[in-house]
Amino acid sequence: MGLLDKLKSLFGGAPKAAPENKAPEPVKKEVLPPKKEEVKVTKPKVAYVHLSGCTGCLVSLADTYEKLLDVLGAVDMVYNLTLADARTLPEGKFDIAIVEGAVCLQDEESVHLIKEAREKAGLVVAYGDCAATGNVLNNSRGGQWNQPQHESFVPINRVIKVDAYIPGCPPSPEIIYNFCIAAVTGDTEYLKPFMANEAGGYHCGCDLNTRIIENSLCMGCGTCAASCPTRAIEMVYGRPSFNNIRCIKCGACSFACPRSFLPVNKIKGQIV
Amino acid sequence: MPFGTYKEVMALKAKDSKITGVSQDGGVVTALLCYALDKGVIDGALVAGKGETPWLPKPTIATTKEEIMAAAGTKYTINPVVSVIKDAVREQGLEKLAVVGTPCQIYAVQKMRLYPVGARHIPDKIALTIGIFCTENFSYAGLRTIIEDHCKVPVDSVTKMEIGGGKFKVKAAGKEVAIPIKETHKYEQEGCHVCSDLTAEFADISTGSIGTPEGWSTVFTRTTKGKDLLAKALADGIFEKKSMDEFKSPTAPPAPGKKPIKTGLDLLEQMDKQKKDKAKKTFDERKAMGLFVTPEILY
Repeated sequence: MGLLDKLKSLFGGAPKAAPENKAPEPVKKEVLPPKKEEVKVTKPKVAYVHLSGCTGCLVSLADTYEKLLDVLGAVDMVYNLTLADARTLPEGKFDIAIVEGAVCLQDEESVHLIKEAREKAGLVVAYGDCAATGNVLNNSRGGQWNQPQHESFVPINRVIKVDAYIPGCPPSPEIIYNFCIAAVTGDTEYLKPFMANEAGGYHCGCDLNTRIIENSLCMGCGTCAASCPTRAIEMVYGRPSFNNIRCIKCGACSFACPRSFLPVNKIKGQIV
Repeated sequence: MPFGTYKEVMALKAKDSKITGVSQDGGVVTALLCYALDKGVIDGALVAGKGETPWLPKPTIATTKEEIMAAAGTKYTINPVVSVIKDAVREQGLEKLAVVGTPCQIYAVQKMRLYPVGARHIPDKIALTIGIFCTENFSYAGLRTIIEDHCKVPVDSVTKMEIGGGKFKVKAAGKEVAIPIKETHKYEQEGCHVCSDLTAEFADISTGSIGTPEGWSTVFTRTTKGKDLLAKALADGIFEKKSMDEFKSPTAPPAPGKKPIKTGLDLLEQMDKQKKDKAKKTFDERKAMGLFVTPEILY
């Protein structure tokens, strides 16, 4: 199975590849010296789609420093306006669309681009919170020059089907790297939380109340407060107290909370 | 496996009387942090420091031995220690951080290492995790009610609190009060009831009072890192060490009508099982009610 098929089956979005490793048939082998040129690894074709985002997510990808070479080396970047010259999405299908930014519904170009990306890409990854949750763009309300009608900005899952979400504003370089390595090595267990539906769509500090505290799960560890990029969460008598006005709706707090999901098996593997 | 995976278990007591003078039990956490700081294994530690309100701990970034010593002693209420982890790395520029916490806080840190959301450049700065045994915790209001209404002692006069032998014990100026632990159950934090980790199974080193006599601590080393650090500390004479075999349950059969007395690791195993069973029961009940329960939380 090629890398791409492996990825697709991982995300459950594509038909399963035909079983290719059936019982080995006895074949007369002609012993030939291996030709080096023929050993080709097909790299997945990746398009980086930039919608209403700030490029901070792309910068964070670059912040993996020397590991960026691993990440970029594992893929064939076919479209990325910030880094390469291709002006439009490639003709025909490609493998993965990494999407940064929310969709502005009044901007025809944006809506067209995200739909085109969905059509052409095997997998769509909402990368960063604007794409995943709408993030700070949930506060947009139009009325500004010189496109006062540009008022509705939505996470991309409101317009298209999304296969995985990488949260964070921006996602930390470490989580980007972990995600890429897990995708390439087929580590479904690690990827599961990113593929959960609740990882995408509208999020808010309120999640801590509705998802954690209301279910009697909060034990006051303070992880949410640490993960908040705007210090909207303060721990008061062992519980998160959250400032709604300061919250940018990124969803980091509930994703980070050890009571929203706890990767027990992965943690056990880390205890060596 | 009871108590999770571990490499070694032993009973320890710090030799430094300054440390054992302020510590809850054997002074293992305080002595180990001071030692690690001395040796440059860590450059700071997240601990439960003293806050302005009596017995309400404050998550503290300790970078000196004095600050570490000042955080000694158990406070039986919530110390959201993970909340300052980013401050320690960003504002204080620490690069080798120790985190001291209850089992749930240790797994919060371990999750953060795997899924660092909003925690850029944190995973590689966590140098050491020290877990403290924990049966349950109280909200601050709950703790105050226990002390002031049940023990009838003003909270600001309290010098030490202890849970052991089925009692909640309070030492205050010239006074010692003990109430049955049963009376405190209703003040337990609800989030604790799905917790199945008594002995901080995910820490590098975990320690607590259960299993050893007063003044001593039961200590597990769980990772190579934890084992190596403790081996060095032992070689440098930081601790008195005893084998857990010294505290084995009495072999004589119990008196007629009495339950067998359990001590040492037998006692710890029994309590560990109780906590795990209770967590499982609560988990199932809540699920049946239709509440959200953390998948995989039971281990």
